[in-house]
Amino acid sequence: MSRKLPPEQYEKTISYKLKTWLDGSRDPYVGNLEMKPQSLRQEDEATQKRFREDKKRVRARAYDMEHNRDMVLFKKLYRAFSLLFCVLLVTMLLIGVADLPPFGEADKPVNNEVSQRYIEKGLQETGAVNIVTGMILDYRAFDTLGESHVLFIATCTVLILLRVDQKMGKNGEEEAEANDRAYEPKNDVILQTAARLLVPFIIIFGIYIILCGHLGPGGGFSGGAVIGAGLILYVSAFGFEKTERFFTAKTYRRMSFGALACYCLSKTYSFYTGANHIESVIPLGTPGAILSSGLILLLNICVGVVVAGTMYTFYVMFRKGGY
Amino acid sequence: MTVFTCILFLFLIVCAVAASLSKSLLNTVLIFMSYSLVMSIIWVILEAPDLAITEAAVGAGVTTVLFVLTLKKIHAIMGAQAAEKEAEGELEYRRRRNS
Repeated sequence: MSRKLPPEQYEKTISYKLKTWLDGSRDPYVGNLEMKPQSLRQEDEATQKRFREDKKRVRARAYDMEHNRDMVLFKKLYRAFSLLFCVLLVTMLLIGVADLPPFGEADKPVNNEVSQRYIEKGLQETGAVNIVTGMILDYRAFDTLGESHVLFIATCTVLILLRVDQKMGKNGEEEAEANDRAYEPKNDVILQTAARLLVPFIIIFGIYIILCGHLGPGGGFSGGAVIGAGLILYVSAFGFEKTERFFTAKTYRRMSFGALACYCLSKTYSFYTGANHIESVIPLGTPGAILSSGLILLLNICVGVVVAGTMYTFYVMFRKGGY
Repeated sequence: MTVFTCILFLFLIVCAVAASLSKSLLNTVLIFMSYSLVMSIIWVILEAPDLAITEAAVGAGVTTVLFVLTLKKIHAIMGAQAAEKEAEGELEYRRRRNS
């Protein structure tokens, strides 16, 4: 039970002080610490002039190549050392590469019991014909979850760095439009015709790559990247009015949140059962069918949605800094 | 190693060196894109089609688009004179809009 204090009593409590300190509405030092008011920096004309002349003289002296022997020496040494550094780096890397086992050799350390187990039991345990997808999204699904989050965090960072405040001036929207027009040509016939022909095929190919990730080469990341590239082609041909009918910042937020949450939940279930997939109740189905291999199809779709949204958002942020 | 692979590797090395030595930033981006394309062919030869698809979509596609966009934003694609002219035109456009 909490009791309600009268305001003057409440202002003396620790929690109130902590709250004001956290809000920044009260500076704890004001009134408690002896402070001298800061005096304004004063410079008269003569000192400023002297400073400027000093600066000029230093520059002239430093870049006077005929008399400044230190500078000449530095420039020569700089070149010599940069060359030396490059040669050293290349030698180090070449020595490192030379120590690697020959390409495709059978008894190199990578071919140990782990990969053997993946190859022998992968199909049986994960139900995915494509062993790589089985590894990425089943044995090592936790790593892939981290990768999806890395992508999401990268988008957040791009949003923080490149987002432009929409209300710039009185007619902020028009200004943004003018800014965008300066950088991207609009109504380009060649681009529009090519986009009209290509975009459906690109997006269908991306969806195919995602959905058949467990049957053949491909998977969530590559399919999502292909779909993102198709969306970028579409938006650069037809402008933002067309894409904003179906893809806005809100859509992106909901999509990536939904996909990441779905991934988390399904993988949490997997870890709950011991993370060994032996007691999983989800049937693996017949290998080779599209509805097979347990959760892998769902996880592929989640990753694809996140990646496609991320690619498109990157483009939008780089181009005009906001949806 | 077939002759085709050797040619691809040679092209890769030439691209890598040319990208770092090129004076124009746009040329660097385009050389980098061709590097990615050749790299994706090499992934197919090395029997990693998963990686090849990703490399072609991300390395040759999206990264190049982002690079070119950035170059456009910092006026690195056109010459200095054209950039000045365009900036003037943009200012004029805004002035007309505002008045």
